[in-house]
Amino acid sequence: MTPEEIAQRIVSGELPAAARLMRAIDDVQPEAVDALKLLFPHTGRARVIGITGSPGVGKSTLTDAVVTRLRKKKLTVGVVAVDPTSPFSGGAILGDRIRMQRHANDDDVFIRSLATRGHFGGLTCSTRGVVAVMDAMGKDVILVETVGVGQDEVDIARMADTTIIVTVPGMGDDVQAIKAGILEVGDIFVVNKMDRDGAGITAGHLKAMLSLTFHPHGTECDQVAQPWYPPVVSCCSLDGRGMDELLQAMDDHYEALTVDGGKLLTKRRIERAEKEILDLFQLRINQMFFARLGNGGRIEAVAKDVASMRIDPYTACEELMKSAKII
Amino acid sequence: MEKQVSPKRIKVLLSKSRMDVHDRGVRYLARCMLESGMEVILSRHGLIDEVANAALQEDVDVIGISFSVGGHVAASERLRKLMQEKGIGDKLVIVGGIIPDDDIPALKKLDIDGIFGAGSSAAEAIEFINARVNA
Ligand code: B12
Ligand SMILES: Nc1nc2c(ncn2[C@@H]2O[C@H](COP(=O)(O)OP(=O)(O)O)[C@@H](O)[C@H]2O)c(=O)[nH]1
Ligand SMILES: [Mg+2]
Repeated sequence: MTPEEIAQRIVSGELPAAARLMRAIDDVQPEAVDALKLLFPHTGRARVIGITGSPGVGKSTLTDAVVTRLRKKKLTVGVVAVDPTSPFSGGAILGDRIRMQRHANDDDVFIRSLATRGHFGGLTCSTRGVVAVMDAMGKDVILVETVGVGQDEVDIARMADTTIIVTVPGMGDDVQAIKAGILEVGDIFVVNKMDRDGAGITAGHLKAMLSLTFHPHGTECDQVAQPWYPPVVSCCSLDGRGMDELLQAMDDHYEALTVDGGKLLTKRRIERAEKEILDLFQLRINQMFFARLGNGGRIEAVAKDVASMRIDPYTACEELMKSAKII
Repeated sequence: MEKQVSPKRIKVLLSKSRMDVHDRGVRYLARCMLESGMEVILSRHGLIDEVANAALQEDVDVIGISFSVGGHVAASERLRKLMQEKGIGDKLVIVGGIIPDDDIPALKKLDIDGIFGAGSSAAEAIEFINARVNA
C-alpha cells in the first residue's frame, strides 16, 4: 500500500489501517514516516491529556473512569497506555487494557498499549506518532498514560496539552517524588483512592507544596499573574467520586490554554514541536550512525579497546563518528 | 541511546473470559512469553467480540485465548467470523486450557491455528508462535 493510500484510509476511518501504521511506527519502519507526513495536515485538533504518577496509583483505572465521562459527553477518545519493557528479555506484559475493558465494544474508543522498548522518561519513541495517528483518525480527546517510574516523567509534559499527576494517600515517598521534580509540570493534581484514609492530608500537603511553586499573582519580584494555578482534585476511580470535579478541572485548564487567542496553547505547542524536532534529529543521527557502522559490531570492538585501556572513550567516540562521516 | 537491535517484536493478545476464574495458565504463559522477548497484551473479556476489537486496535500477530470451563468451540467460531468482518483474518489464533480431544477436529475446522490443552507446556506454544510468525 502506498503512503497516500494508508493516509487516506486512516482519515476515512478504516481502523485496521490506523492500527497497522501504529505498529510500523512502533517497529521504527522507515515507511511509516511517509504516511505520517501525509497525516500531519489532519492533526492538531485533538486535546492531548497526559496521565502520570507512580505505578499502582490507579492511572489506568482513572483513565477508564475519564473515558466513561468523556463518552457521556459524546466525545470520541483515543488512549495510549505505556508499560515497561523487560531490560533482560526485551519482552513486556501490557496490562493497562484490562482496566479499560468496558470500552472494548465502543467503536469510538481506540485503545493502544505500548512497551517502552528501552526508552526512558515514561513514554516510548513511538508515542508521539501514535498520538498523531489518533488525532488524524478524528479523536476528540487523546489520553496518554505513562509508565509511571516516579521521578522524571517530564516527557509527557512536552507532549500533552494538559498533564495530570496522580498520587494516593499515605504514600509519603510519593509526595516526595513529586516534590523532587515533577511538581512544576503538573497542570492538575489528583489524589486518587480518596476512599482510603489520609486523602485529605495528602491533598493538603500537595496544596501547600504547590503554593510554594506557583504564584497566582506573580512572585514578589515580577508581579506577573500566572495564567494557571494547578488545582488538587480528590477522586475515587472505582466508584467515580470526584470525577465531575476532575472533568471540570480539565475543561478549566483547556479554557486557560485557549483564552486570549490561545496564547498559552500556542506557546505549549511551539515547545512541543521543538522537542519533537530534537527527538527526530537524535533518532535520525542515531540510525545513521548505526547504519554506517554496520549495526554495532564496530562499537563492540572499540569498546573492548576502551575496556582494556588501549584508547580513551572520548577519542574512541570521535573516531567512530569520523568513520561514520558524522564529523 | 540503546544499541540498535531489531526494533520489531512479536505481539500477542492473551485473553480469558471474566466468567472463568482459572487464570494461572494465562499468567504463567504471559510470563514465559515476556521472558522469550514477546510483547503480551493482557485482556479479560465478557463477549468474545471484545477480543476481536482489542486484537484490531493492538495490531497483534497472535490472539491466544484460554478456556478452562468450556465454550471454546462457539467462541472460536464467533471470533473467526468477527476477524473476517473486521479485516484482520490474517492473525494467528491459538487456544489452550481444558480442551477435550473430541473438540479438536471442530476447532481445526474453524481455522484455529494451534491448540494447547492441559499437559501442554508454555515452551511448545512459544516455539509454535516463533515458527509461524517469523515464517
Ligand atoms: C486450580 C484449579 C482451580 C482454581 C483456580 C485458581 C486460579 N486462579 O486459576 C479454583 C479452585 C478457583 C477452581 C475453580 C473451579 N474449577 Co477448577 N481447576 C483447577 C485445576 C486443579 C488446576 C488448573 C491450573 O491452574 N493449572 C495450571 C495451569 C498452569 O495449567 P493450565 O490452566 O492447564 O494451562 C496450561 C495449558 O493448558 C496451556 N494453556 C492454558 N491456557 C492457554 C491459552 C493459550 C493461548 C495457550 C497457547 C496455552 C494455554 O498452557 C498452560 C501452560 O502449562 C484444574 C484441574 C487440572 N489439573 O487442570 C481444575 C479444573 C480446570 N477446574 C474445573 C472446574 C469444573 C472448576 C469449577 C467450575 C468448580 C466448581 N464446580 O465450582 C470452578 C470454576 C468456576 C469458574 N466460573 O471459573 C474443571 C474443568 C472441567 C472442564 N472444563 O471440563 C477442572 C479441569 C477440574 C476437573 N477435572 O474437573 N479451579
Ligand atoms: N481503593 C481504591 N483502589 C483503586 C482506585 N483506583 C485504582 N485502584 C486500584 O489500584 C490498583 C492499581 O490500579 P491501576 O489503575 O492498575 O494503577 P496504575 O499502575 O497506576 O495504572 C488496582 O487494584 C485498582 O483497582 C481507587 O480510587 N480506590
Ligand atoms: Mg497502568
